[in-house]
Amino acid sequence: MFNRDRWREILEVLTSNVGRTILTAFGVCWGIFILIVLLAAGKGFENGIRADFGDIATNTMFMWTRRTTKPYEGLPKDRSFEFKVSDVQAIWDNVPNLRFVSPRNHQGGTGGGNNVVRGIRTGAYSVYGDYPEIINQDPMTITSGRFLNYNDINERRKVAVIGRGVLNDLYEKDEEYLGTYIKIQGVNFMVIGSYKKNSNDGNGEDSQKEIFVPFTAFSQAFNRGEDVGWMAITAKDGSSISKLKDNIINVMRERHKVHPEDKRAIGYFDLYEQYNRVESLFVGLKAIAYIVGIMVLLSGIIGVSNIMLIVVKERTKEIGIRRALGEQPWSIKKQILMESIFLTIISGMVGIIFGSLVIYGINSLLDSVGPVDMFINPNVSVGVVSGALMILMISGLLAGFIPANSAIRVRPIEALRTE
Amino acid sequence: MIEINDLHKSYKMGSNSLHVLKGINFKAEAGELVAIMGSSGSGKSTLLNILGMLDGANSGEYTLDGVPIKDLSETKAAQYRNKFLGFVFQSFNLINYKSALENVALPLYYQGVPRKERQEKALKYLERVGLKEWATHLPSELSGGQKQRVAIARAMAAEPKVLLADEPTGALDSTTSYEVMDLIQKINDDGNTILVVTHEEDIAHMCKRIVHLKDGVIVEDKKVKQVRAEQYV
Ligand SMILES: Nc1ncnc2c1ncn2[C@@H]1O[C@H](COP(=O)(O)OP(=O)(O)O)[C@@H](O)[C@H]1O
Ligand SMILES: [Mg+2]
Repeated sequence: MFNRDRWREILEVLTSNVGRTILTAFGVCWGIFILIVLLAAGKGFENGIRADFGDIATNTMFMWTRRTTKPYEGLPKDRSFEFKVSDVQAIWDNVPNLRFVSPRNHQGGTGGGNNVVRGIRTGAYSVYGDYPEIINQDPMTITSGRFLNYNDINERRKVAVIGRGVLNDLYEKDEEYLGTYIKIQGVNFMVIGSYKKNSNDGNGEDSQKEIFVPFTAFSQAFNRGEDVGWMAITAKDGSSISKLKDNIINVMRERHKVHPEDKRAIGYFDLYEQYNRVESLFVGLKAIAYIVGIMVLLSGIIGVSNIMLIVVKERTKEIGIRRALGEQPWSIKKQILMESIFLTIISGMVGIIFGSLVIYGINSLLDSVGPVDMFINPNVSVGVVSGALMILMISGLLAGFIPANSAIRVRPIEALRTE
Repeated sequence: MIEINDLHKSYKMGSNSLHVLKGINFKAEAGELVAIMGSSGSGKSTLLNILGMLDGANSGEYTLDGVPIKDLSETKAAQYRNKFLGFVFQSFNLINYKSALENVALPLYYQGVPRKERQEKALKYLERVGLKEWATHLPSELSGGQKQRVAIARAMAAEPKVLLADEPTGALDSTTSYEVMDLIQKINDDGNTILVVTHEEDIAHMCKRIVHLKDGVIVEDKKVKQVRAEQYV
């Protein structure tokens, strides 16, 4: 089937008019180039956005209290209320398939006044009262010492895990910091560990300037009593927090005597929903890349088909001679189809190579100028490339189909008469 | 070898049709060398094309070496052409990007003969037409007479039962024509059946039998004493 004579013939035909062959090839080359580059750009954008999400567990929601907007059970509207520590157990008891329910409290922040003091140094940092599980919901890497544990919680130890940003501000380079004390709002906490967060977004610096202390110690030190600022709730893998959300909020409404229809009294942020929205954006981007790429490719294929038709027309007489000498119609058809596929695949490969070179160039450029917001490491997978080759194969077949049929439609006698 | 009975052929030209062959009866034995004569437009090529299975008749019977030729599919026709027939055309019809050797080897390729054997055989036939040294040349590098000799070698390479030549000397000067006829005579001497369409008297007389076509019927069919072309070369 793929014998030497056929290949010779294909090469003879395609090299007999090199200029035309190259022009034809260009269409397909350009189409696959655009497809590859668009897909890579989409991937780069996707990588950029994903980096913004950082390592955060995406099957997570945050929930906090606001003022009620409807009177209920004799209570007025515009009433403010707080989540309580006991709400956590209530959620565990009433909502299945949850993985983490972390109550949190917070104070300070880089925008506010200085709230942390060490000797003569001061700084404004976000201080969180947290349970140990938070490290799974808002992942960070412990770079020295340890993170909070349940002994800290139970014994209300005044210990703190500080970010590298805090470390740089409050300590000399190479200064020993584990076991030293910092003063948060006038209360001494012992530093037991430091962390680093992976985040490429604009607040990258801020996320390294946080301090984590045990929830119980926080409540005691800063007089929060049983109050909970907000909760971070993560569903088990396999169930989505978006589906459990209503259930959780209903439990809270009931416990805090909030009207069941009061939509505003409990605020929340559903990370999973948000993440899915972004995911569908990626799917959309990919679809656009495919549509545009395949459109351009299609015009390339039509080009190949047209040229093959012209080639067939030019070779009418030759085809007539071959048939007079006894070549089978299917053999002629196969020849034309193979020429078409060969031309399409070769030009497609050139497109893929050029596309890869451009992507490589962009990557080296990105490497040299440093990170660009929302655009990281554009690339295409091997799967996409082999998919593109598949598409090319089929395209070549399609492009050759009409010309191949027209090649054998002319009867040999008529073909021989055209002088 | 060839037998046709009451063969009719007409061409449709829009609404009216042109009746070209109006009942041809003809028989040729193996080893014959027949000239088909007639003025231009008398239907000689039409007849030869039908005999060559390049075209179909409207009615009538055609038997080639005992095989009835009727309602052939294109695939079958191609197979029969390849196996039974060799063609020589007025305009040579060589494939211009293939060398003389490749042209001659072409019918063997369609028969599925392996490459090496094909080339050996093709070279043998090129040698028979005296063009062994020209094997690697393209048709454009050959003279008219040489081209026609390559075409004859190509037609003979598949060892067909019948060689059909449509005005093989039509594009050649008389000396070259005689060379080609000499070759055809020698092939016939080896026992091959050959039909030659021509409108030139001298060429016709180099055959062994002359069939005259006029107004779509055979008006004359006579045996002649063959004039050997050799003496004019
Ligand atoms: N495909 C065709 N369509 C219509 N008319 C044709 C066709 N082929 C041949 N003819 C006509 O048939 C007649 C016989 O043609 P042809 O067999 O080629 O004559 P010859 O070879 O004897 O010169 C001519 O009048 C020619 O114009
Ligand atoms: Mg003619």
